[in-house]
Amino acid sequence: MEMVNIKINGMPLSVPNGISILEAARYAGIEIPTLCFLKKINQIGACRICMVEVKGARSLVTACVYPVNEGMEIFTNTEKVRRSRKLTLELILSTHDKKCLSCVRSGNCELQKLCKEFGVDDEDYFKGENVRYDFDDSAAHMIRDNNKCILCRRCVAACDNQNISVIGANARGFDTHIGSAFEKDLADVSCISCGQCIVNCPTGALREKDETDKVLEAINDPEKFVVVHTAPSIRVTLGECFGMHLGTNVQGKMVAALRRLGFDKVFDTDFGADLTIMEESNELLERIQNGGVLPMITSCSPGWIKYCEHYYPDQLDHLSTCKSPQQMQGAMIKTWYAEKMGIDPKNIFVVGIMPCTAKKFENKRDDQNASGYPDVDVSLTTRELARMIESAGIYFNHLPDEEYDNPMGDSTGAAVIFGTTGGVMEAALRTAVVKITGQENDSPLEFTEVRGLQGVKEATYSVAGMDVKVCIASGMKNAKIVMDKVRAGTADYQFIEIMGCPGGCVNGGGQPIQHAVVHNFVDLTAIRASALYETDKAMPKRKSHENEAVKRVYEEFLGKPGSHKAHEVLHTSYVPRPKYK
Amino acid sequence: MVKKISKIPFNGTPEQEARLKEVINESKHDKSLLMHVMQQAQLIYGYLPFEVQVMIAEGMDIPLEKVYGVSTFYAQFALSPSGKYSISVCLGTACYVKGSKDVLAKICEKLGIEPGECTPDGKFSIEACRCIGACGLAPVMMVNDDVYGRLDPSQVDGILDKYMA
Repeated sequence: MEMVNIKINGMPLSVPNGISILEAARYAGIEIPTLCFLKKINQIGACRICMVEVKGARSLVTACVYPVNEGMEIFTNTEKVRRSRKLTLELILSTHDKKCLSCVRSGNCELQKLCKEFGVDDEDYFKGENVRYDFDDSAAHMIRDNNKCILCRRCVAACDNQNISVIGANARGFDTHIGSAFEKDLADVSCISCGQCIVNCPTGALREKDETDKVLEAINDPEKFVVVHTAPSIRVTLGECFGMHLGTNVQGKMVAALRRLGFDKVFDTDFGADLTIMEESNELLERIQNGGVLPMITSCSPGWIKYCEHYYPDQLDHLSTCKSPQQMQGAMIKTWYAEKMGIDPKNIFVVGIMPCTAKKFENKRDDQNASGYPDVDVSLTTRELARMIESAGIYFNHLPDEEYDNPMGDSTGAAVIFGTTGGVMEAALRTAVVKITGQENDSPLEFTEVRGLQGVKEATYSVAGMDVKVCIASGMKNAKIVMDKVRAGTADYQFIEIMGCPGGCVNGGGQPIQHAVVHNFVDLTAIRASALYETDKAMPKRKSHENEAVKRVYEEFLGKPGSHKAHEVLHTSYVPRPKYK
Repeated sequence: MVKKISKIPFNGTPEQEARLKEVINESKHDKSLLMHVMQQAQLIYGYLPFEVQVMIAEGMDIPLEKVYGVSTFYAQFALSPSGKYSISVCLGTACYVKGSKDVLAKICEKLGIEPGECTPDGKFSIEACRCIGACGLAPVMMVNDDVYGRLDPSQVDGILDKYMA
């Protein structure tokens, strides 16, 4: 690598040639503020907050996109630079709806943080005429409030990176606003509800639809038996909301907090995940043996399912008919568990804690009500749970570690890794190999080929003389690559795992929001994912079919995987959706 | 100003569609030709309604929102058709100080549409334009190629009635 010698604030430094001033400053231990910049996906130099002085340059330059070269002298904190940044912030504030007191992002807002740092104390400096925008709350999962939008276009970049591109900048000049084609509501375009726009928004312009009120209402209703279950990835991300290090596993404290919030039972969606593996691996083997539609594709990710329905409506036969773990869990709670406990499913209220905004869409889908009532009543994101814990005054960091309730608190390592790309595949392989070979003890536990954050992964395994070729994709840009092959008939895989968000659920649209500086300089997804693999490694049971509760439900209720009963309770159907309407 | 999206039902002909498809086929190898395709489409249809933009988006393999974004960025693209009689009211400086805004308001009131829109029967469209170089006649309006000067709002009824027939 060719190195160049530069000076940052007078400090001599040798850095790789051609990197941006922003990156070079990191080498000097200096964080240059950014608002619009997202590494690789939004390098547009639009917000002008990262301006720095370069000796000899005619004017200030944008550090995020300006490359360093030999002998460059950079100043990041001069009076001129500070004045420029303050002016930029005042201009942004002139059209910003400053409802900071109750804004969902207050305290975690990138704009608010900068205003504080730069001492912007006259937020009405450029006060003038403003365009008022109506909220777009048409979609099941989110609200767009353009009055808080600063036009950084990070949401647009995130949507483009997902290959969805249903939002963009409309009109020009003072009227520029983020919206969809022909100003349609988000519910009327082919948005997949992944929420990647939300986790990339610097302000409170985009947020999930908060449903915590419904949950509190149910908890306070003496008639309701309120059951909560937490998705695999939540245990390694929730801690971020309470200032813990990235990748801290807070399972025990999370369970304790949920109990203190007043939930009657605290279950682990890992049970639903293990059950999914039982049903899905059975469905796969049946399809292979009976000449069914192959490759079969996983159906755990509702963002991916909605993508397939909008963009590949002719390929729905490839989708596994299995409900997602969230829905399986809910369905089992309101059927088997309700029956066991003698509770009318009408009075059971199931809450899923999910890394995902698309789950809010999923639980309202048709054909997701095995008991005659919705399998899951409310789906909350990790962020909503954190807010509930905060507002209840629960001192999260000081909670004792507690265990999930029985019986649906039982879990395996296979279920835990559902939270990262390749995890469902690995879990399925662990069980499928045992099923095919009949050998429990000698079969492999770790399938490293399917791990990692590459967009598309392939592997072939030889099991009892049969070659099983698998493929894993995460993020819809990668899904498109795989699905175009499926449509063309050139995808010679038996089994494909697709997750809606890049990197899988650990990078889901419902996860704690980290500022752009974290996304730009830390591999957030990899850290969260490795915490899941560590958790898996430490589990006494690591194969889904070893889950005791799963064994029991087959003995007591479902019979065997793929049974008539299992189909009634645990499987679902899909509908083609238009790309435009 | 935010452009008005026409609510008039799309009534493109197979001939128009064939011509647009031809333009798209010549251009789809290069996404940077999007503006060219949109300009041609506007020549063919007179404006760029939803149905036309979807054809362009699909044909060029560019998301519809990107096409729409371009169509709302540049003043040259229209989202509403021109009427049989296209009315332009000059809002240039001279006409403006002579009260052309009142003339425009009167026309809008009479036709029940706003600047940038077309009447449902396709007969009239209104736009506010910049100086047309007839400041001596201010305030000025044009109906297609007919110029009307030294206007006051009370004359609007009489002028429009000529075209209503």
